[in-house]
Amino acid sequence: MSTASICLNHLLDEHRALEDYQGGVPRWCKGCGDNAILAAVQRLCRDEGLKPEKTVFVSGIGCSSRLPHYMRTYGFHGIHGRALPIAEGIKMARPDLHVFVNTGDGDCCSIGAAHWIHAIRYNMNITVLLHDNHIYGLTKKQASPTSPLGTKSNTTPRGSYLDALNPLTVTLGVQNVSFVAQAVDWIPESLFQIITAAFRHRGFSFVRVLQRCPEFVGNMYEQWVHDPQRMLMLTHEDGVQVSPALQKIYRNQQPHDPSDIHRAREIASGEDPIPVGILYRNPQVPCYEDLRRAGLLRTAGSIKTSLEAEFDKFTVWP
Amino acid sequence: MNAAVETMGSRNAAKKVVTLEEHIVEIMSDSGEGAQKCGQSFGSIAARMGNGVWTVEIIPAEIQPPARSVAGASGNRIRIGSKRITNGGDEADLVIAFNEQVLLGRLNAGEFKPGCIILLESMWAASPDPKIAAQYKETRDRLLTDGYRVHEVPMENQCRKLVSDPRKGKNMFVLGMLCNLYSLDMDLAREQIAFIFGKKSEKVIRSNVALLEAGFDWAEHHLEFGYRVPAVRATEPQLVINGNTAIALGVLASGMDICAMYPITPATSASHYLSDVFERAGGIVHQAEDEIAACAFAIGSSYAGKVAVTITSGPGYSLKQEGIGLAVMAEIPLVVVNVQRGGPSTGQPTKAEQSDLFTAMFGSHGDAPKVVMATSSIEDCFYSMITARRIAETFNMVVVVLSDASLATAQQPFPRPQFSEDWLAPPIDQNPVPEGANPYDWDPITGLSRRFSPGQPGGMHTLTGLAHDRSSRVAYDGETNEQGMHARSLKLAALQRMLAPPKVFGDEAGDLLVVGWGSTKGAIEESVERLRAEGHKVSSLHLNFLQPMPGGIKEILGRFKHVLTVEGNWSDRPDDPLIDDTNRRYSALAMLLRARYLVDVDCWTETRGRPISPGSICNELRKRLAREEFRR
Repeated sequence: MSTASICLNHLLDEHRALEDYQGGVPRWCKGCGDNAILAAVQRLCRDEGLKPEKTVFVSGIGCSSRLPHYMRTYGFHGIHGRALPIAEGIKMARPDLHVFVNTGDGDCCSIGAAHWIHAIRYNMNITVLLHDNHIYGLTKKQASPTSPLGTKSNTTPRGSYLDALNPLTVTLGVQNVSFVAQAVDWIPESLFQIITAAFRHRGFSFVRVLQRCPEFVGNMYEQWVHDPQRMLMLTHEDGVQVSPALQKIYRNQQPHDPSDIHRAREIASGEDPIPVGILYRNPQVPCYEDLRRAGLLRTAGSIKTSLEAEFDKFTVWP
Repeated sequence: MNAAVETMGSRNAAKKVVTLEEHIVEIMSDSGEGAQKCGQSFGSIAARMGNGVWTVEIIPAEIQPPARSVAGASGNRIRIGSKRITNGGDEADLVIAFNEQVLLGRLNAGEFKPGCIILLESMWAASPDPKIAAQYKETRDRLLTDGYRVHEVPMENQCRKLVSDPRKGKNMFVLGMLCNLYSLDMDLAREQIAFIFGKKSEKVIRSNVALLEAGFDWAEHHLEFGYRVPAVRATEPQLVINGNTAIALGVLASGMDICAMYPITPATSASHYLSDVFERAGGIVHQAEDEIAACAFAIGSSYAGKVAVTITSGPGYSLKQEGIGLAVMAEIPLVVVNVQRGGPSTGQPTKAEQSDLFTAMFGSHGDAPKVVMATSSIEDCFYSMITARRIAETFNMVVVVLSDASLATAQQPFPRPQFSEDWLAPPIDQNPVPEGANPYDWDPITGLSRRFSPGQPGGMHTLTGLAHDRSSRVAYDGETNEQGMHARSLKLAALQRMLAPPKVFGDEAGDLLVVGWGSTKGAIEESVERLRAEGHKVSSLHLNFLQPMPGGIKEILGRFKHVLTVEGNWSDRPDDPLIDDTNRRYSALAMLLRARYLVDVDCWTETRGRPISPGSICNELRKRLAREEFRR
């Protein structure tokens, strides 16, 4: 290939359109917050110039986990609760790939909870989007671990019995946590900013996206959607900046240094107003794939050498 | 004997050395007293001299069991012979015990030959604790009354002359005794000590060699008997390793470089060893948070890179089942090793059983065709991993390799493998995918399709555990669902066509055919040999592939009057009052053979946690051969 055509290819590489990342037509319900998340990640892929063949979206089971089917990248729509260990395996085998995980509140915080805790600890360079709609959607309305106390569902007809699990405080409580943020589906611009920051963080970037489910818990965020004052926009030069346009609407802003984990935990505990932005970021936490020296190529020669060395230890010579 | 011996002391002219074909030795101690190391060293020295050797570990289930307890007995059985040895054999001929309590479990289980020699640490007779002294005398007297030839040996007192902590050095004193009793080459024994203490100081090695020589001398002058098991030095180098080490080396040799696992007995030692090797050779053993994650991690690695492996045992295998279903559905190659143990549930974690055949074949959910292989020797553990990786890669299938606790810790010499580049996984394909190609372009004859790996331009698709069509799009219609099922099932047939028919051990036709799978191979073939020597028309057939089964089996079964499987799993006893032909649960392989070949296959099984011995198989076969139908 001539130098000129290589340059041309580079240009083409760098200028993909949104359509280049769009797969099948989404089958989510009208008004579902998943659509906003899909739009944000497609824009992210385009703006970050990700090669579709080098990008993998991994998911579990649930409404959220349909997302990979709507991307024109590689995708892995796995089994319920196991998106994280599958994604870890992919990243360990292929650190050169961009790995995303789309998971729901049932997938991540219930059936996959053990993997979630350990994925934080491994801190592999993966971007995780928790589509938190506080309800099981695909199986038709059962309470999830993040359903607010009293949520009426098919398994809790008189209201759910337990206080909701807070994915932010849980994540912030695990050793090796390196990136925690919260976004909401109804502020697309900030959602995009936060996901971009998550992608750019090298480590396990955990973004909880509060997501509306018009079908089963339609009015859950009604008051917040209609009252911008009940949103707490976190700003910082090391975090995300609220754009001038958004500043006019969301005037309830608070400077927050993402390196301050104690303050991050306090903010994470607050539910009203809803905090939006980067709660915590620590780029110093080592990534498991680096500690394990993933991606080192072994050759036939090096395998033979190490095999013969092992054989030597156990050989009985004639 | 060579010159080195002369420096150690004089020889005993009265000693009578008997030449033997083979002998079985057991060394029993409290956990942590080093009987294992002693036994394995004894086996290694004998192997270097050219003897056939099989060593079996006798392992307590607890880490720190109480001293002088029946349950805490830890030890080693070493069977040495002039010819190749393929199993642990029948009852022990000579037993060495560091205290009398550790003998009792083995004694009660019938592991000692009536009247065999027992060398017993005598210090307990003079124990300041009257209870211990009484226990010792009681057991010793019982052994004598029962006709065992008990020799009381002041092991610890002798060791105290040389070292300050005789409890730690006793095992090398015992090794010296064994070298004397079995006329082993003391130069090789010294080399063995230098090898096992190689990481320690010169002083440690010297002290242990002194103990070795003291043991040798003591046996020379105090034991009037001795043996010689003639050996022919092997002409090619041999490896002496156990089954789990062989599996780990097989993983390395196959070119797989990611193993995801979760600790479980008796599989874990394979991953221990592999972790150590991969630290030097490159490659990753990932200890996942649980068995499910280990399986999912391996699936992710396989999907994006080279074929990965997950190593487990029964309960862990159950937890992986959903993940295995995903790998089957999405056609992600994966190697799963199940080192079987006693079950169900926690069962007998350190003991051997062959009860996971059905769960390996039919486990997961829905129709989930996968390849099932079983390892039948230590050598086979090594090569099975290379074969498994290759099949997984070629057919985009899950390959389950069944081993078990009896192979996991047993050692047997086998020819050192000659490395071949063909063993290795090919590099990950990163070439652009041709225009119009689909991720599931199922071949109508073989069901095979070419896998697309992330990184391949033009191959982008979303792999899914949902039913899907050729382009990996979710299929909601019945026809597409059946197309996928059809293709996944055909792959087993395609593999089956490539398998060589199994070879009959013994004559091609006869009265009785014994069929087995997995670790029982050595014991079955030895019992067949013995019965053939007695003039019986007995042969055996051993299956390494259980799914698919190779062709030609039906014809073989048809050439025998009677077919019997011998397996380490449960089968109902026909003489139980409630059991008849309509409700009897046959053993796994018998049931499979009956179903597939419409042949009246009977079974004889044992689930006693110990490897099935050739003697017990012989007894059963003789009973059957004595029946009317075989009388001539």
